[in-house]
Amino acid sequence: MTAIDTAFAVSLLAHAIQAGTPLLLATVGEIYSERSGVLNLGLEGIMIMGALTAFLVSFRTGDIALAIVAAAIVGALLSLIHAFLSITLKANQIVSGLAISIFGLGVSGFLGRPLIGQIATKLQSTPIPLLQDIPVLGPILFSGDVLIYFSVIVSLVLWFVLFRTRFGLNIRSVGENPSMADSLGVNVDLTRYVCVLVGGALGGLGGAYLSIVYTPLWIEGMTAGRGWIAIALTIFAVWNPLGAILGAYLFGGVIALQFRLQAIGIGTETPQLLLMLPYFVTIGTLVLMSSATLRKRVGVPAALGNPYVRGE
Amino acid sequence: MQPSPIIKMEQVVKRFPGALAVDHVDFEVGRGEVHALLGENGAGKTTLMNVLYGIHRPDSGKIFVNGREVSIRSPKDAITLRIGMVHQNFRLVESHTVCENILLGLKNLPTILKLKTAEKEIEELSKQYDLPVDPRARIWQLSMGERQRVEILKILYRGADILILDEPTSVLTPLESKHLFDFLRKMAAEGKSVIFITHKLDEVMAVSDRATVLRAGRVVGKVATSTTSKPDLATLMVGRKVLFTYERRGEASASPVLEVRDLQVLNDKGLPALKGTSLTVHAHEILGIAGVAGNGQKELAESITGLRDVSSGQVIIEGNNVSGRNAKYMIEHGVAYVPEDRINVGAPQSLSIAENLVLRTYRYEPFSKGLLLEKREIGSNAEKLISEFNIVTSSRDAITRTLSGGNLQKLILARELSGRPKLIVALYPTRGVDVGATEYVRELLLKQREGGAGILLISEDLEEILSLSDRIAVLYEGQIMGVIPAESANMEELGLMMGGALKKAA
Ligand SMILES: Nc1ncnc2c1ncn2[C@@H]1O[C@H](COP(=O)(O)OP(=O)(O)O)[C@@H](O)[C@H]1O
Ligand SMILES: [Mg+2]
Repeated sequence: MTAIDTAFAVSLLAHAIQAGTPLLLATVGEIYSERSGVLNLGLEGIMIMGALTAFLVSFRTGDIALAIVAAAIVGALLSLIHAFLSITLKANQIVSGLAISIFGLGVSGFLGRPLIGQIATKLQSTPIPLLQDIPVLGPILFSGDVLIYFSVIVSLVLWFVLFRTRFGLNIRSVGENPSMADSLGVNVDLTRYVCVLVGGALGGLGGAYLSIVYTPLWIEGMTAGRGWIAIALTIFAVWNPLGAILGAYLFGGVIALQFRLQAIGIGTETPQLLLMLPYFVTIGTLVLMSSATLRKRVGVPAALGNPYVRGE
Repeated sequence: MQPSPIIKMEQVVKRFPGALAVDHVDFEVGRGEVHALLGENGAGKTTLMNVLYGIHRPDSGKIFVNGREVSIRSPKDAITLRIGMVHQNFRLVESHTVCENILLGLKNLPTILKLKTAEKEIEELSKQYDLPVDPRARIWQLSMGERQRVEILKILYRGADILILDEPTSVLTPLESKHLFDFLRKMAAEGKSVIFITHKLDEVMAVSDRATVLRAGRVVGKVATSTTSKPDLATLMVGRKVLFTYERRGEASASPVLEVRDLQVLNDKGLPALKGTSLTVHAHEILGIAGVAGNGQKELAESITGLRDVSSGQVIIEGNNVSGRNAKYMIEHGVAYVPEDRINVGAPQSLSIAENLVLRTYRYEPFSKGLLLEKREIGSNAEKLISEFNIVTSSRDAITRTLSGGNLQKLILARELSGRPKLIVALYPTRGVDVGATEYVRELLLKQREGGAGILLISEDLEEILSLSDRIAVLYEGQIMGVIPAESANMEELGLMMGGALKKAA
């Protein structure tokens, strides 16, 4: 391989990881929510509100850390609405989630109008000493920003929590058979609240990544359907945070590739075609998942979407 | 010597809306004994034990454990008092492993699970009590017998001294039941106490030291097993000398309504459920299918009623091969179906009673004209069937969900039987139905037989099969183990066939 080829591949893969990071954060969050049995279709709205919050705080104060934290808090607060409606009030989760998405897109469009075209402080990369010097791998994996490292670490930690800890066992049981978990003394509602809030915070962070790292500009509707892609990736990842890492970077790669192809004049008229890929793959996964045996094997949360009412 | 009571319930009352389930019951269990709690369906056995296990709060009455009065507010409290219960419907998370299921909800569980250690402990426990099961297996991969062992291990792992088992043999083969009895005796020998809920007299005689008999929520007898007999227990349990003797009027005719030839059908998992099953049902005849649930019963019923694809073989109704036809075709050709799952399959719960009653026939005159439903006809049809079948309901427009189990079953029967079917496929028609409704359902089936219908009666209740059927076929692992005339059938022989230990040429 020539040096130019290598340089091209390195920059493409580094871009793939950047493009995949907001997806990863949002997907892992949605996995938590869904593992506990709550489908959160509000993700698109949560992400865009996270993006707006992070941009606004960074623009006004220049404090990037504060911007990130604020985005997570706003994401968690929005998901709290969803949690309250769907867990406490037992409302239809699909309706509540869609409402939050529509609300988030609308509000962010309105509040963000004065910000259009402004530029905010960007989160700088933090290459990891020594590791960044590894040829090829260094520039791809160890020259990113803290949110990239955080998203991978948080995915690994959340995988561990889900499959190796008491709390994770509670989460999976609540999403699978809430009445049984209840009868064994697991607090179903509390578990679900925690998961939905964690999911919302991560969704907010995913949005923040878009507006202060990936494209540090405010653009109305800048999530551009990434919330929906994350919901699709949840299925693709079969509700497993490790699968989310794979899926998010895969689709990050699709996005990066699409940019490169456009740059050399291929697919300029049809960028949508490539962006449809995640949905095709998800439909494929859904077809695979139609086998009941496979569903049980991977542990699709059986109570997904169902409010839990004691004694019913 | 009377063993010292470890459990004592005094004057316990539990009332449900519309039912006094437990009526001033005194109940006592000694240390180191197997105590049978005997009674018919609906006698209140489960409710009484749910009170002891903290699932229901009693309306009044006292509970003593080890001589100390206690208040049991939840299963957690019961577990603290070393009481464990295996419910009739297992409470397991299907996609979790055995080990995860046993750990779930355990108090003192460390934050980071020590799965390896727990698996070892469970393995040892399972060896110690001879309850073989792989702690790493996932529940959905296990047979019913294995799942039951997981439930028992779950209790033992929590250190229970008092085991409550609710009709544990209903999911077991005779051989597995025997194994369970050995285990229960071993528990008792170790000084633990076992409460064994059943409505089967043989089991009381086989395993228990003492028995408490419940009828309609009240204690009607407390006996030591060694000094009682099956007929005595039966009389206590039913409250009259003879139970359910039914008269079959008229001879079975020689013309077959249903012939099943060499039927091969897959179950939901894609594995063979019926492996070359053949049988015949004549007009004016009830053919009983005996067997432990899960041996192909559901698949047999579904393939005859057009709800399940047939891999090979034939279903012939009145001489026409109808295999592969859909449910609508079967309905139009006089096949009625009383399904096992009344709530999810039998009757959509959110429709009104009147709507449910025309689900078979709403497509046709007089219930629809063109694209529109005829509300008036549907209403008067409902009035007629509600009174004819004694369905107890506030109104014909009430939502089906409000019906009790017995009345829901009557509704389904009213709908299915009102069209004068030629063939009735009844899958566990009295399972979970109270005594009065059970009697009613059985009489209804006999009336249909008298009227000329052929009936395929699939049931787990051997007494039901023996008392209603003209002939009895035993289904084991998707094959017919033999067909015997009801007159010459006996429980022992059927039991052996159900366990696959005896095969008779058809
Ligand atoms: N949760 C409930 N709500 C209303 N009625 C109930 C409930 N559980 C049981 N019953 C009624 O209480 C009576 C006793 O039922 P159960 O204890 O299940 O009897 P058994 O276990 O002896 O068959 C029945 O009439 C049943 O319909
Ligand atoms: Mg019961």
